[in-house]
Amino acid sequence: MDQVVDVAVDAFIELDRVEKVFDVRKKTGFLRRERRQVRAVDSISFTVARGEMVGYIGPNGAGKSTTIKMLTGILTPSGGRLRVAGIDPSRERTKLAHRIGVVFGQRTTLWWDLPLIDSYKLMHRMYRIPDARYRENLDRCVELLELADLLDVPVRQLSLGQRMRGDIAAALLHDPEVLYLDEPTIGLDVISKAKVRGFLRELNTERGTTVLLTTHDLQDIEQLCSRVMVIDHGRLMYDGPLTGLHEVGESERTLVVDLERELPPIEAAPARVVKVEGPRQWLAFPASESAAPLVARVAAEYPLVDLSVREPDIEAVIAKMYAGEAEKAVS
Amino acid sequence: MSRLGEGVRAYWLIAGMWVRSSMTYRTSFVVTMFGNLLMTGLDFVGILLMFSQVDSLGGWGLPEIAFLYGLSVTSFGIADLVLGSMDVLGARIRDGSFDILLVRPAPVLAQIGADRFAVRRLGRITQGTVVLVWALASVDVDWSAAKVLLVPVMVVSGAAIFCAVFVAGAAFQIFAQDASEVQNAFTYGGTTLLQYPPTVFGKDFVRGVTFMLPLAFVNWVPASYVLDRPYPLDLPQWAAFAPPLVAVACGALGGLAWRAGLGSYRSTGS
Ligand SMILES: Nc1ncnc2c1ncn2[C@@H]1O[C@H](COP(=O)(O)OP(=O)(O)O)[C@@H](O)[C@H]1O
Ligand SMILES: [Mg+2]
Repeated sequence: MDQVVDVAVDAFIELDRVEKVFDVRKKTGFLRRERRQVRAVDSISFTVARGEMVGYIGPNGAGKSTTIKMLTGILTPSGGRLRVAGIDPSRERTKLAHRIGVVFGQRTTLWWDLPLIDSYKLMHRMYRIPDARYRENLDRCVELLELADLLDVPVRQLSLGQRMRGDIAAALLHDPEVLYLDEPTIGLDVISKAKVRGFLRELNTERGTTVLLTTHDLQDIEQLCSRVMVIDHGRLMYDGPLTGLHEVGESERTLVVDLERELPPIEAAPARVVKVEGPRQWLAFPASESAAPLVARVAAEYPLVDLSVREPDIEAVIAKMYAGEAEKAVS
Repeated sequence: MSRLGEGVRAYWLIAGMWVRSSMTYRTSFVVTMFGNLLMTGLDFVGILLMFSQVDSLGGWGLPEIAFLYGLSVTSFGIADLVLGSMDVLGARIRDGSFDILLVRPAPVLAQIGADRFAVRRLGRITQGTVVLVWALASVDVDWSAAKVLLVPVMVVSGAAIFCAVFVAGAAFQIFAQDASEVQNAFTYGGTTLLQYPPTVFGKDFVRGVTFMLPLAFVNWVPASYVLDRPYPLDLPQWAAFAPPLVAVACGALGGLAWRAGLGSYRSTGS
């Protein structure tokens, strides 16, 4: 039956109804404990092709980190089938380690008391990276992540943003085929975030490295990922392009129209006026529809000065999606 | 075998990093080194005091007791140098840094064994060796090839048994990774980390027990053989050569415990 479920050859990461259930015991009183099961990941299936850049988003406790830990072999799934580069991560963790890079936003692989470069030298030897490759990769990372001045600084003296850049470089010296990042921008200042994002984009487009990053910062996704997966309560709620997320979330775009003078609300169904302020009117229309016909109609029928289209706020989209799920769950 | 080689290599690399880390605080490094020398010296005074009180114990004279003592302390010292900070494993699990070790292409046991590697632990080995050498020079024994061979075999076997116990203890720390702790670490973050005792069992209790066990079961019989003493029980003559077998068995058990422990690892929820 195997050939039936075999997916395309270039499916680099494959998850088929993967689950992770934690047994949690909670103290409820003196010597009393309550046992409970947490479905951190609840029957998730997806595939990621080589060279994709995928954003994995969801609120705190959604199961993002648990998924990453299963993909890297740190945790063994409670059920389902999981393969990365054809390898079962938890069974061949050490073998897989040579082919993947991992960055945990809140942890570091760097040596606290030693100059940054020492950690890289350790990677060089531990991963048995050929000298020329090591030099080349290090030079590239140092240049693109602006680490030149930091190499001789003990890691404990680095700022969070510098340390994160240092960690990303450490994860890439052995030319991993896929890079997992768990909340790489958490706590970073705006400039550091921009540097990290720029680097990841370059890594993905120039080097073709597959990137899977978890975040709850939607800007990360907007600026980096053509594909987004939304997870909540361990379940995959959405998997597709960022634009499609709006459809699922039934979100609306807004057409802001500046007229020559104050007029009664514009009539242009299915768009509807949601706000009027003097000569300026706001029209909401489904995000899944093109703005062109609407613009044409308004321009033909009304005296226009200016107009602009506003994209929906993704945060709101996801909130709406969650709300929809919650309703379904209740009914 | 190649896995063993990988492990030794990884151990060496990581131990090296720790040695360099400790050197960065040069004064502190010198002070702890000095402190340890002093402590070791004081230990010697303690040993001398102890031995000055006893001329014989259960029919064993001072050099003979020193022989037993030196054997155990040297063995323990070696194990302590090699795997002595396996008890930081618990902290590593709680703060999540254990995850980092798991994604590296090196055996986790080697990485955790080399964790916080400290040269200062050579102190105990020195102490044990000095006592052992003195004892060997002082005991009244007809040395045969078998007896001479048995001494290093005992030291190495003893060290291996202590190592196995350390490994089993580390495995237990993963098992003991109780859900409530995970919950606490998740909810209260750093504060509980600080309040939590370094190990589930008292460190000294474990060390005490593990110290006594091999002494009683492994060293006694071969030491009796070396010293031409009657065996404690009615054991056959070859029982003196059992320590390597016991060590191998303990090693296998420790290895199994470690595998099981690692298999049950569940990380932390943060
Ligand atoms: N090791 C663990 N033991 C018990 N529960 C856990 C563990 N790891 C995660 N969880 C629980 O599983 C759920 C998902 O956690 P996680 O994957 O860390 O979420 P996210 O990374 O999306 O914030 C949470 O409810 C969390 O409490
Ligand atoms: Mg997380």
